[in-house]
Amino acid sequence: MFASELLIAQNIGFFIIAALMVVGALRVVTTSNVVHAALWLVVVLAGAAAQYVLLAAEFVAVTQVLVYIGAVMVLFLFGTMLTRARIGAESDLNNKNWFVGIPVALTLLAAMLIALRDGFGNEKLPADAPLVSTQVLSDQIFGPYLLPFWALSFVLLAAVIGAIVLARRD
Amino acid sequence: MLLNEFLFLGAILFCIGVYGVIVRKNAVLVLMSIELILNSVNINLLAFSLRNGSADGQTFALYVIAVAAAEVGVGLALVLLMYRNSRSISLDELSEMKG
Repeated sequence: MFASELLIAQNIGFFIIAALMVVGALRVVTTSNVVHAALWLVVVLAGAAAQYVLLAAEFVAVTQVLVYIGAVMVLFLFGTMLTRARIGAESDLNNKNWFVGIPVALTLLAAMLIALRDGFGNEKLPADAPLVSTQVLSDQIFGPYLLPFWALSFVLLAAVIGAIVLARRD
Repeated sequence: MLLNEFLFLGAILFCIGVYGVIVRKNAVLVLMSIELILNSVNINLLAFSLRNGSADGQTFALYVIAVAAAEVGVGLALVLLMYRNSRSISLDELSEMKG
């Protein structure tokens, strides 16, 4: 009884957040102001963090907030400010043949939705799944997935050095 | 909750991101669209992680977030370099490699 009510509340929360995310994502790709696009992207990223909480992945949600909303958005705003003389709306943000994008995106969307509907139908997420704690997650990262973790460390190091080398002024 | 709710949301966000990558000319906006695509992939990974009751999906989602951070760093450095060389970040004007 209580569990089913909780599931209904989860569903309502999911659809509200999902609608916000879709609207935000559409504004990111249609707005004519780069700074507004960055701020709409914050809506999408925060909504994604909320969806991660609904999916019982708190650690990933917190990481999403810290890395994306904290660091990546600041980088985007810096990039916008450094490469742009003015802040206001612009008219030439889109390609000349931008209308090609609509059929491509709609075809891709139709194919994916049909495949997902046929593949998973009405399959429910388990309501009483074993919770993946942060301890289990760290055991995963520093256990069986240690090698990709090392590779990732080198990727980040290379990215830092590469960014400095590329953006250095000399 | 249905598994397909999350998968549909991921698919919609993915397609909006693809549309942005195709349509946008501004390099910073193309990078933002790529972020949309990466986020939709993360939603899928976490949905399947919950469905299978394993932590593998969450681990991969964390790795995807780290790779995305590295990608944005290098990408914005490239955009800055582009701006310094040609005073423009329009991808249509990057035509020096055309014969």
